[in-house]
Amino acid sequence: MTPSKQNVLIKLRHLKPSPTSMVLSATLLSCLVLLTNTAHAGDPLTGKDIYNRCIGCHSFADNRTGPRHCNLFGRKAGTVQGFDYSDAMRNSKIVWNETTLDAFLKAPLQNIPGTIMGYAGVKNDRERADLIAYLKQASGSSECK
Amino acid sequence: MSSQTNQKQASLFTETLLQSRRNFLRKAGASTFSATTVALLAGCSTKLAMADSGSSANASVKQDIRILNTAIGAEHEAVAAYQLGAESGLLVPDVLKVAVKFQGHHKEHIDALSAAVTKLGGHAAAAKPKYNFPVSKLKKQKDVLEFAAGLERGAVSAYVGAIPVFDNRDLSAAAASILADEAMHWAVLRNALGLDPVPEAFYS
Repeated sequence: MTPSKQNVLIKLRHLKPSPTSMVLSATLLSCLVLLTNTAHAGDPLTGKDIYNRCIGCHSFADNRTGPRHCNLFGRKAGTVQGFDYSDAMRNSKIVWNETTLDAFLKAPLQNIPGTIMGYAGVKNDRERADLIAYLKQASGSSECK
Repeated sequence: MSSQTNQKQASLFTETLLQSRRNFLRKAGASTFSATTVALLAGCSTKLAMADSGSSANASVKQDIRILNTAIGAEHEAVAAYQLGAESGLLVPDVLKVAVKFQGHHKEHIDALSAAVTKLGGHAAAAKPKYNFPVSKLKKQKDVLEFAAGLERGAVSAYVGAIPVFDNRDLSAAAASILADEAMHWAVLRNALGLDPVPEAFYS
């Protein structure tokens, strides 16, 4: 099953649950989150496919609608030269790593209110882990040196 | 790429476009798109009034303006990318015609989105003076089509991600209308490249 199909099915499955199913879902979801957080190391190969969702605005080499992703890890947010950031991003004091990216990519507008990244986020934990693994691999590749 | 292959691609491209036009972009449908989008965007005036009154909707309106301006920025880039393709000398006439048509759609998106920003009391994002495109990698028509297809695929995801976060649902509806157009562009470009135009049932 493709990640996109999985996403849609998950969303539809959670439409208007009954109180009983809500309790069950919450329990199952907690278990799932726990499993995902502890068991799944991101797969950069799958992450490369998920990165296709980002290429409308981002690339590794150049600033576009969003800032360049080369050398992303360890970089202070809002500091790429030549990119016009929001004040919110510039003042966020975030340094990009697995943890900060995970929080931001899950819900950009909630994580940094005022960001210009008007995107709902990558809600699926596994997809996010895969995407971050790819970002880490590719942003530190020789092409980015 | 040989001129024979270029011609084959052009023919595929034109055929796909004709089918697309027949099936999706009949004149009436296209008018409906414009009229509907404009009508949806006209609904923004209520929010503007609320924002002016200093209500709690102000932050939501500002967020909607930021999302719109990000979309406008990406649309400006698409216009510039198609311009680059059109001026590259790599496209055969029939393909060039379609590229210019798609560029025209992106210009229309900018007009509609910019009008919404103005209506909401904001300033629409302007085009950048310069865009960094992978010019050195565009050596043949196929490269240009792949480059454009990548941008259109990214645009689909960008709108998929933007639609749920608009506070004003009229903007979500208008963005969905634009998303449909971007998806058609992507499918046509994929078909021209000899790829399955619609490989999946769902997209994120």
